[in-house]
Amino acid sequence: MKNRLPRLIGQLGALTATMLAGMILTGALVRVSPGFDTDERELDPRFDESSRNSIRAERAANRDLLPFYARYFRAALRGDLGMSESFQRPIGELIRDRAPVTAGIMAAGIAGGWALAFALALPAVLCRQRLFGGSIGMLARVVMCVPSAALAILVFNFGGPVRGIVALVLFPRVFDYLRNLLQAAYSQPHILTARAKGLGTARILFRHVLPAAAPQLLALAGVSATMAFGTAIPVETLCDLPGIGQLAWKAAVARDLPVLVVLTAIVTLLTQLCNSVFDWVAAGQGVNRA
Amino acid sequence: MKLGRPAAAAVLGSMLMISLAANLTPGASYSHQFREFPNTRPSARFPLGTDDLGRDRFMRLVDATGASLLLAGSAALAATLLAALAGGFAGYFGGWFDRLLAPTLDLMLSLPWMFLLLAARALLPLNISPLASLILTYALLALLGWAAPARVVRAGARQLRESDFALQARACGVSGSRLLRRHIVPNLKPVLLAQFLTSIPIFILAEANLGMLGLSAGEPYPTWGNLLRELQNPSVLRPEIFATLGVVALSICCFQLVLPMEDSRV
Repeated sequence: MKNRLPRLIGQLGALTATMLAGMILTGALVRVSPGFDTDERELDPRFDESSRNSIRAERAANRDLLPFYARYFRAALRGDLGMSESFQRPIGELIRDRAPVTAGIMAAGIAGGWALAFALALPAVLCRQRLFGGSIGMLARVVMCVPSAALAILVFNFGGPVRGIVALVLFPRVFDYLRNLLQAAYSQPHILTARAKGLGTARILFRHVLPAAAPQLLALAGVSATMAFGTAIPVETLCDLPGIGQLAWKAAVARDLPVLVVLTAIVTLLTQLCNSVFDWVAAGQGVNRA
Repeated sequence: MKLGRPAAAAVLGSMLMISLAANLTPGASYSHQFREFPNTRPSARFPLGTDDLGRDRFMRLVDATGASLLLAGSAALAATLLAALAGGFAGYFGGWFDRLLAPTLDLMLSLPWMFLLLAARALLPLNISPLASLILTYALLALLGWAAPARVVRAGARQLRESDFALQARACGVSGSRLLRRHIVPNLKPVLLAQFLTSIPIFILAEANLGMLGLSAGEPYPTWGNLLRELQNPSVLRPEIFATLGVVALSICCFQLVLPMEDSRV
């Protein structure tokens, strides 16, 4: 425990630094991008010159990055995440409203993708028929070749379960790694001996194979969260699900700097937190096994 | 399986050749609108029918294939070169650059690729030509897609720096630049080739996703992503509409087969 405390403090420090760097970089990227000074509303013929001037003045408030960050961090310390320019609503409220949708899609996607990958990887490794293993591998590869947005729109158009799309996108990626991990674990001498001595499949899996592959599996679980969020963006946008992914798309299209900065901070924090937690569990597992 | 790689390479080569040949054919255009034939079914004249503006779907697919393959390849090459420079330098020389690069890579890899692309692509100017928007999209893919290859190259360069043959070469008085030029870089070539081949399908899929969200090249320029947007209209979901999806999936499959199996393992 004594050794773990400095490591934990170090990881928390790295987490905070990465999150801040993400926010600052996104803000800078948005500010220096060539399209920052163009607002879609300026191209709308319904707005007259005075309206266009006020739109330009609104945008000018965010033009200098340093004052923007100073204002932003001062407000964030008070728990105020700022106002969305395109939605004209507090960002905190927008995120609170939409987070459950994305969390549900991601949770269903990760659980479904892992269950499907596991259900197919295990027989592919255990079955001695090369044709069977090859067929499942080919199925996963074919699904991987389809763009996630196309998969989303097809499932949506044919009335399929849109919440299952993330699982469908995640499954081939997880399957590939999972099969290789299980193959490596099952070819270990002590597991071969256990199988030769007639130990039950379930006992070998839960007592020997999964503990051996646990650190890599946990690392893969951390990456799955990032992949699931990446997939949730086109799924929510194309299937009209009001989640964080759709908010990110709308904010990006409307060049809504405050929303983009907050979303980057949240996404960075969550993905880093996921990876750190899984790293910690994996490290703890390694210590226990040692 | 032994025939898989040459067959896949041949399919990709044929796709590219057909699209280049079609571009040289006089009279064939992806943007010409046959106003009297909007939304027609496949025929001898229009093998994949026409879209709602009367444009030949086959010509558009052929053009999009050439553009996507060439630009995804160029973007992958640029990303691999960036990765080779940054990752190779950090891995071989270490020091402050390595310490700076490691968290940068962590940051870039921790952000979902689609989110980064979306934010960056949407911030490009609104009033640019379709071709410029297409080139900018792929340039963006290269600029944001170098992090994953850089991490692999960095690990490879570090491993080579600490290898026995590098130690022996240094002990024999071989200079740093000669060691890098004659031993480290040639040994990194397979890693770089694998990263290049892995990046192409990733970029193709990314462009397809961006295109479906309306953030790839502007009309009338066809890209795979733009053509896939037809899938969003359930009233015209006919077999010929799926041709683009089939070609995209086929090309990704071919790239997966071209990539040596050991490079795609954990």
